Amino acid sequence: MSSVQIRDVRKSFGNFEVLHGVSIPIEDGEFVVLVGPSGCGKSTLLRMLAGLENITSGTISIGDKVVNNVQPKERDIAMVFQNYALYPHMTVADNMGFSLKLRGAKPEEISTGVKRAAEILALTPLLERYPRQLSGGQRQRVAMGRAIVRDPQVFLFDEPLSNLDAKLRVAMRTEIKELHQRLRTTTVYVTHDQIEAMTMADKIVVMHDGIVEQMGTPLELYDTPANQFVAGFIGSPAMNFLKGKVKSNGIAGFEGPNGVKLPLMSAPANSEGKPAVYGVRPEHFTIADDGAEAEIVVVEPTGSETQVFAKLGGEQVVAVFRERHQFNPGDKIRLKPDPALVHLFDETTGKRLNA
Amino acid sequence: MADVALQPRTARRPIREASRWDLIKANRNYLGFWFMLPAMVFLVLFLAYPLGLGIWISFTDARIGRPGAFVGLENYEWLWGDSIFWLSVFNTLLYTSVASVIKFAIGLYLALLLNENMPFKAMLRALVLIPFIVPTVLSALAFWWIFDSQFSIISWSLKQMGLITDNINFLGDVTWARICVIFANIWRGVPFVAITLLAGLQTVSPSLYEAATLDGATSWQRFRFITYPLLTPIIAVVMTFSVLFTFTDFQLIWAMTRGGPVNATHLMATLSYQRAIIGGVLGEGAAISNAMIPFLLAAIMVSWFGLQRRKWQQGENND
Repeated sequence: MSSVQIRDVRKSFGNFEVLHGVSIPIEDGEFVVLVGPSGCGKSTLLRMLAGLENITSGTISIGDKVVNNVQPKERDIAMVFQNYALYPHMTVADNMGFSLKLRGAKPEEISTGVKRAAEILALTPLLERYPRQLSGGQRQRVAMGRAIVRDPQVFLFDEPLSNLDAKLRVAMRTEIKELHQRLRTTTVYVTHDQIEAMTMADKIVVMHDGIVEQMGTPLELYDTPANQFVAGFIGSPAMNFLKGKVKSNGIAGFEGPNGVKLPLMSAPANSEGKPAVYGVRPEHFTIADDGAEAEIVVVEPTGSETQVFAKLGGEQVVAVFRERHQFNPGDKIRLKPDPALVHLFDETTGKRLNA
Repeated sequence: MADVALQPRTARRPIREASRWDLIKANRNYLGFWFMLPAMVFLVLFLAYPLGLGIWISFTDARIGRPGAFVGLENYEWLWGDSIFWLSVFNTLLYTSVASVIKFAIGLYLALLLNENMPFKAMLRALVLIPFIVPTVLSALAFWWIFDSQFSIISWSLKQMGLITDNINFLGDVTWARICVIFANIWRGVPFVAITLLAGLQTVSPSLYEAATLDGATSWQRFRFITYPLLTPIIAVVMTFSVLFTFTDFQLIWAMTRGGPVNATHLMATLSYQRAIIGGVLGEGAAISNAMIPFLLAAIMVSWFGLQRRKWQQGENND
């Protein structure tokens, strides 16, 4: 186990820079999730950490050692690939023991290591099978087993769950988290799925267009997103954004599209009359008599909660209710955002304005 | 929108039972048969019939222009005691084994090389195919000139460099002649092996190499433990074809040496042609051709059983 330091790392392919100076401190034993839309550079960063891509500038260190010029096999890391990258011509046991075999370990040593990992992942009955004979979830576990056998300093996961069906993904998510709690190995996990990030991470790094937008614990990102991008990326359904301006008549307030009045806890300093973006999460709407009028467009019940799409001041917003209301399309309702939980962003920079 | 009343459909066509002809047209089994028919006719006409005829002729004393009578195994008995026939068997085996091994080695090397990222990759890949595209007889004629006893460019170059004083008698000396025809065959056969193996290499997922790299494999170990085992099915197929083509080679030899000197480069195919068409003894020529069948079957069996052994290819693929 080791800490990892990523300092001002840049990556260019030809003249095209895809990472513009990324710095991420990762503590020993931490579970860090790099999350962002596709093309944000998260996988590239992971591959640089693994040594599969060169580092254009900046440094990456594992433990105390800068690894920029260290061969992948000397970095003592293990990686789980999106397509698992299992060797199709080797049995599960051979797949898992391959790194030990290359290291020149004795056969008994290899079989002990493989058995230990197989027990952790409940793979013991499958050890003599070939990858083709396994289901998606089993292959996923073998890929993890191959990483565990190595007993590496750092685990790297590159979108490991995206080839699984929804149900299995949830199960494997829990399994990976449990595994981390057990082994406490430093882990860097790449995904585009913010729910995976929220549920598994000790620390989430939100990346976008080659820069780090925000770093923090899942709840920090949820409660106080640093900018509009993070606010829109974290949380499902996504946060509603309404353009307008700060307008306080004695009490803090916000004038949304078409003059809709929206509540604010307190207006940021010197913000009176300034254009801004008002953000409210779907789950922070309530039905109240002093709310803004909205017309229901679509109602989507999921059982545990109901998503309501409505027109608020001409803009479509989504609200989520856990209570069961009798809603029909065309109904007029009064939606009130919880003023303590709304977010205010700069209209041009997207930066967070309220505390 | 909803004001438009939908007219109820009045006249419906009665449901009709499928006729026998409908069934023959649409039934999957019949359909398969229809699609197979042209290929079947073609194969019967141009493969099965000549093969059967060849086998029949080998049991007769047919000559050109004379149907001949059934003579049983007489042609084969003759061959058994014919030293030239046995020499051609030896030549064929030597030619096939040496050429195939070298073609495999060079082809694999080229395939690995062309699979790397390098400038002008597409062009280099196309260039490799050239020997394969040139008509065999044309390249054989070129080699004939290259190895000519008086005008050989190799002899000339070596003389200019002062390495030799007299021309090398490439196609007139037993050993040299064999080396030359094998060389020409290799030159011609390498592209097929290289391009097919290259296609095989490209089916190997790059992430396997990345995984192996992280597992600590050196480039030799990546070849030994990943590339080679994953390539074996394709190697088996391509080498079977290569062996079959080489074993039955005719054009190159006939254009370069006609089997000479003193039958040193006579393959079974060229000997068969010489006896049957040039000499006119159809029965004996057919017998020589048929003598190739057991060897070819053996080559096919080897690759067949080689392919069957690989358990990892079996089983369901779930993705």
